[in-house]
Amino acid sequence: MNTATSYDKQIIENDDPMENPDFKTVGTTTVSDPAMTCRGVNVFYADKQAIFDVSIDVGKNEVLSMIGPSGCGKSTLLRCLNRMNDTIDICKVEGEIKLEGENIYEQNLDVVLLRARVGMVFQKPNPFPKSVYDNVAYGVNLHGLATDKAHLDELVEKSLTNAGLWNEVKDRLHQPGTGLSGGQQQRLCIARAIAISPEIILMDEPCSALDPIATAKIEELIDELSKQYSICIVTHSMQQAARVSQRTAYFHLGKLIEVGPTDDIFTNPVHKLTEGYITGRFG
Amino acid sequence: MNTLETINAGIEKRYKREKRFRLYGQISIATGILFLFFLLGTTVLNGISAFQQTYIALEIVLDTDQFDTDEDGDIRPESLATANYNGIIRESLKARFPDVKKRKDKKALYSILSSGAVYDFRDTVVKNPQMIGTTQTIWLLADDEVDMYVKGKISADIPEKNRRIKDNTIAWVEQLRADKDVEKRFNSIFFSAGDSREPEQSGIRGAIMGSFYTIVVAMLLSFPIGVAAAIYLEEFAPRNRLTGLIEVNINNLAAVPSIIFGLLGLAIFINYFGLPRSIPLVGGMVLALMTLPTIIISSRAALAAVPPSIREAALGVGASQIQTVLHHTMPLALPGMLTGTIIGLARALGETAPLLVIGMVAFIVDIPGSPLEPSTALPVQVYLWADSPERAFVERTSAAIMVLLMFLVAINGLIVILRNKLERRW
Repeated sequence: MNTATSYDKQIIENDDPMENPDFKTVGTTTVSDPAMTCRGVNVFYADKQAIFDVSIDVGKNEVLSMIGPSGCGKSTLLRCLNRMNDTIDICKVEGEIKLEGENIYEQNLDVVLLRARVGMVFQKPNPFPKSVYDNVAYGVNLHGLATDKAHLDELVEKSLTNAGLWNEVKDRLHQPGTGLSGGQQQRLCIARAIAISPEIILMDEPCSALDPIATAKIEELIDELSKQYSICIVTHSMQQAARVSQRTAYFHLGKLIEVGPTDDIFTNPVHKLTEGYITGRFG
Repeated sequence: MNTLETINAGIEKRYKREKRFRLYGQISIATGILFLFFLLGTTVLNGISAFQQTYIALEIVLDTDQFDTDEDGDIRPESLATANYNGIIRESLKARFPDVKKRKDKKALYSILSSGAVYDFRDTVVKNPQMIGTTQTIWLLADDEVDMYVKGKISADIPEKNRRIKDNTIAWVEQLRADKDVEKRFNSIFFSAGDSREPEQSGIRGAIMGSFYTIVVAMLLSFPIGVAAAIYLEEFAPRNRLTGLIEVNINNLAAVPSIIFGLLGLAIFINYFGLPRSIPLVGGMVLALMTLPTIIISSRAALAAVPPSIREAALGVGASQIQTVLHHTMPLALPGMLTGTIIGLARALGETAPLLVIGMVAFIVDIPGSPLEPSTALPVQVYLWADSPERAFVERTSAAIMVLLMFLVAINGLIVILRNKLERRW
């Protein structure tokens, strides 16, 4: 990776976001063609605030990566985007998160529908203890997307093909998905997510439990998928963020410090904290 | 002293302590096994003889005179059931022992057969009317005292006044024995009859059916209610003070003595709702109440043990909360739920106290045909027989315990099979 040392921008030195209540995110948080927009999002776990006033857009057909040290709130924000935080009783979300101009925290919004539009891939591969076929078919059947058995077969095959798994599993579609290798399981989970044709795919450290070869396959896949889907990925690997994403957002202790095109963030970070993190000084 | 020396100094002590601990464990296991063998051993030794029953062969002359005949000399069918079978048997006994003359002795002689033998004899004749007019050797059920003597449970060496079977009876039995007219046969009555005042005519069929209906009612009520409660508490209920209070109370209920549940059932089901006493329906409802906390607690534990990643996966593809539970969490938790249920029901099967309170301790001869007919249950039958003075009930008590234990072993075997069958890995 190219970690350039000559910056053409001045590093912001003395703006500690923890000290400054009026801290503003560095860089451009908006995009011209957003799939999802967050404005002034605050998240609380009981009394503890986990995310402070974050505004950011997820562009269409773009891969946005969220990086930052552990506990910085990047996973929390990601899970707000399809309301997975609803399952946590003490979690409270303030602010506005819009999907195609519609606030997803609206009272009468159907969470089931939202999650069909915003799919998710988790840190640990979590296929259902069912057959490979049933894993992919589950979401399709749930939403009644297949007209008949032939259509269902077709959708399953298409999803598995798009997830780059078809050739490896076509002979054992009816064996348990949990019997696949870790990397295959994760791609199965991606196939399961794309089988219901979401608009956005959220990925929460999808490669952290995988070996480098499986990781490389997933990264290729993300690249391929971004042609069709908007992808938001949380990762601990800066190389991964640099490889797969077009935009990168850096979080620190619940605040969004800096957002920008991935190349800029990694070559010309503006904020001192961003620079410190990507050069490996902390985090 | 350097580190290595310090470690070395203590290492022998550590090994010794480890050895001692292992020894303690082995001693406790050995003690447990010893007691188990003692319990099972005495039960089996006491009870095994109850699976056999003494029968006495009698040569019986079935004279046509004994039955009503019509004009053609044919026997009227209705007279088959009403003939004086008692008299016929007595005549045969007198013919077998012609020396017995005194009235008192004759009475003693008649009583070497069970009072039920005459009915068995009658049924045989009604079924085979062609026997009439011939002489038949018929095996008849012996009295319980004779049975005990034949099985060697009563010794002739005991002074006569200390035993219920008298010297003359013993002499007759010995005489019959010498002629090979006494035989121990498989005790089918024990498995086909209900309770009786006469040990030789008593069986556990009524108690088994009573227990069966009780457990079925308990299971039908407690499993769905318990599982539904567990699913709601674990998956849906908000964590607040109220649910905390409910949780504490469920845990407390699991520890409430079972007789309290019996009293509750008596007060509510019988006194308030006016359901009849002694019926398996009420027994089942009471045992369901008693089992519910166990089922709820184990079902919640089983649900909590399902990895959250499975729930997230289901919610992530857009399953609603109830779909997540029904499609994924519950099937995965089912083995644990079933294990808890069966453990609870096995405990309910052996439960006596609450059944005593709701009247399932009554002396009931008829075998119940539905959960609405009065009956007892297996453990209550054990209690009833253990309380009876007749010597022959001692072995029946142990035999009933063996049957009860066999059911419990079968149920526990079922748990293992179910668990292995349903268990899935993730």
